[in-house]
Amino acid sequence: MSDAAPAGFSARAEQAIADARLQGALDNVTALFGSRRAAAFASLPNADAVRDAARAARLNAVAHLGEYLERFEAKLQGNGARVHWAETPAEANAIIVKIAKDTGCARAVKSKSMVSEETHLNAALEAVGVTPVETDLGEYIVQLANDRPSHIIAPIIHLTRQDVGRVMEQRLRVPYTDDTQRLCATARTRLRGEFLRADMGISGANFGVVDTGTIVLVTNEGNGRMVTTMPRVHVVLMGIEKLVETLADLDACLKVLARSGTGQQLTVYTTMVSGPRRPGDADGPDELHVVLLDNGRSRILAGETAEILGCIRCGACLNVCPVYRNIGGHAYGDTYPGPVGAVVTPGLRGLEPWRDLPHASSLCGACREVCPVRLDIPRMLLALRRDVADARLQPQSLALAMRAFAWTASRPAFYRAASRVMRAWLRVRAHDGWITALPGLARGWTQSRDFRAPAAKTFQERWQERAR
Amino acid sequence: MAQRVQLFHTCLVNEIDPDVGMAVVRVLERIGFEVDVPAGQTCCGQPAFNAGFHDDARTVARHTIELLDRTSGPIVVPSGSCGDMLVHQYPHLFDGEPPMREKAARVAARCREFSQFVAETAPDAIGGTLEAAIAYHPSCHLLRGLGVREQPLAAIARVAGATSVPVREQEECCGFGGLFSVKNADISSAMLDRKLTAIEASGADRVVSCDLGCLMHIGGGLHRRGSRVRTQHLAQFLDEAQSR
Repeated sequence: MSDAAPAGFSARAEQAIADARLQGALDNVTALFGSRRAAAFASLPNADAVRDAARAARLNAVAHLGEYLERFEAKLQGNGARVHWAETPAEANAIIVKIAKDTGCARAVKSKSMVSEETHLNAALEAVGVTPVETDLGEYIVQLANDRPSHIIAPIIHLTRQDVGRVMEQRLRVPYTDDTQRLCATARTRLRGEFLRADMGISGANFGVVDTGTIVLVTNEGNGRMVTTMPRVHVVLMGIEKLVETLADLDACLKVLARSGTGQQLTVYTTMVSGPRRPGDADGPDELHVVLLDNGRSRILAGETAEILGCIRCGACLNVCPVYRNIGGHAYGDTYPGPVGAVVTPGLRGLEPWRDLPHASSLCGACREVCPVRLDIPRMLLALRRDVADARLQPQSLALAMRAFAWTASRPAFYRAASRVMRAWLRVRAHDGWITALPGLARGWTQSRDFRAPAAKTFQERWQERAR
Repeated sequence: MAQRVQLFHTCLVNEIDPDVGMAVVRVLERIGFEVDVPAGQTCCGQPAFNAGFHDDARTVARHTIELLDRTSGPIVVPSGSCGDMLVHQYPHLFDGEPPMREKAARVAARCREFSQFVAETAPDAIGGTLEAAIAYHPSCHLLRGLGVREQPLAAIARVAGATSVPVREQEECCGFGGLFSVKNADISSAMLDRKLTAIEASGADRVVSCDLGCLMHIGGGLHRRGSRVRTQHLAQFLDEAQSR
């Protein structure tokens, strides 16, 4: 599948950089997450070994995905769940709409799910008269503001508490306040009513455990537990890649997930769902449905970026990414922002319309360093850049320039001649050793920095003079 | 007899700032090495590689590998970025061509970034005196590519009178990234802006780094700002300290 990307990555980036309020919010939150993460890992004995175990757990699941999915499905069914397979977002939404119709559900409460952002599930439900209500506080505000999340775990990183106060004032008709306690209290009161009224609960899944057919959710607000226990129907929407084989594998992943995401040792709630309500259970849904979505993941699995399927969606790479920290999540244009998004989005949605994303990186490697499962994101960005070039999606002028560069740089005499011309050209533009304006592509450089003029003699010339 | 080392000077040092190369030579000679500069060096090909043009990168890499493979002894590279290209990317570029891959691996095994080489061979030979407050900028490919974190700081610490001052978010990228700086000029500029502000707030009077690319970027930004903070490659700094 290949759909149109919203126009102009660089235009969106430019807009974000000019937004002083966004800049302040990004700076504060990413720095806070970063320092909390460091502290949380300092308290984990053998952190490196746990990260290795988590990486092995996830990459093992990715390597055996087909087999594990079959085992997972069988376990789920044995636990009393119904399993649905969806290849596209439209199929996933249609399955969930049908479940709602078949069970007569009209109100759904949702806990946080990035996959449902991927499928635009809320719009699909609303179109058939089912009212979805987001119950993660951040996602609730996103929904009220008719906005989109801009961070994997902190969806409204781009909003201030004043923004939230205004959204609640307008949409909930409550008096304006920017007091966070009061804002939370308003949300809690509203959401309590929604939990009580809802007949369907929709959640994502942080992990699916193959051995036990368990759906694992981590939340801090407890909404995940309410969504999975109170309504009479529970639907899990998850990507097919989110498996771990064993409970021991899960343990390693949970140890690094919260530490990497929010800097907690463990999230406040870890919910493990292994089937619908059994006779004698105090609560739980009558029906449990698990919808497993592919949406391009199989295609990623077959290519050179398969490693990205090991991502546990902690968001740590966003917080340390100097590009994300300057442009925020919306500039990336799709569900998954930051370094992980720059790899995932072209994979899920097609390289052609998203060809700018692999280039939205200085390849600084901070993402690889911070990733709890040690995904080599720069390697994958480079592989995608190669695919972009191979598919002739780069400007022809750049391709020709690179060919000329390679031809010249492999012929020293020509290289020296070309260098002489280039240096002379630069030196006539210099004043006091600096060039303040360059034409063409190089204008990008001089828009914000001066360019040092080349020295009169090259190193090789000086070296030869010295040898004489 | 002094041990012989090969200098892969890099294109930026050759074309833009040969003083860096001369400083590398002097520092290496002072600590007891004899320096050779293999003739016919051009560029490591990283611009093409990072832009996704692997065939073109291979063309340049092949030239460089053949040239370096004809020499012997350690290869010193005064750049973490080019060093990472030679050490980590070259062998992979020839995954489909085993004889060339073997050569690339042989060359890669001989390569050392300048500060890394000094730390491995003659850490105690570094010295000198120079009063300076230094903002050390750990270039990304040096730090996270080659894993060189302490060596440049250790060399600076051996210079009497020099102090390394802490810089806010010191290990964050300056935004250079080669073609990234022009292709995504707005983002690159925003990254540079934060770096420059942090450097100016650190109280440093000079920025020292092991990559000329980052130094041209940071230096160009400081010059545009009219800042008095100057930039220096680590080799230039050590050379200056040793010459006093």
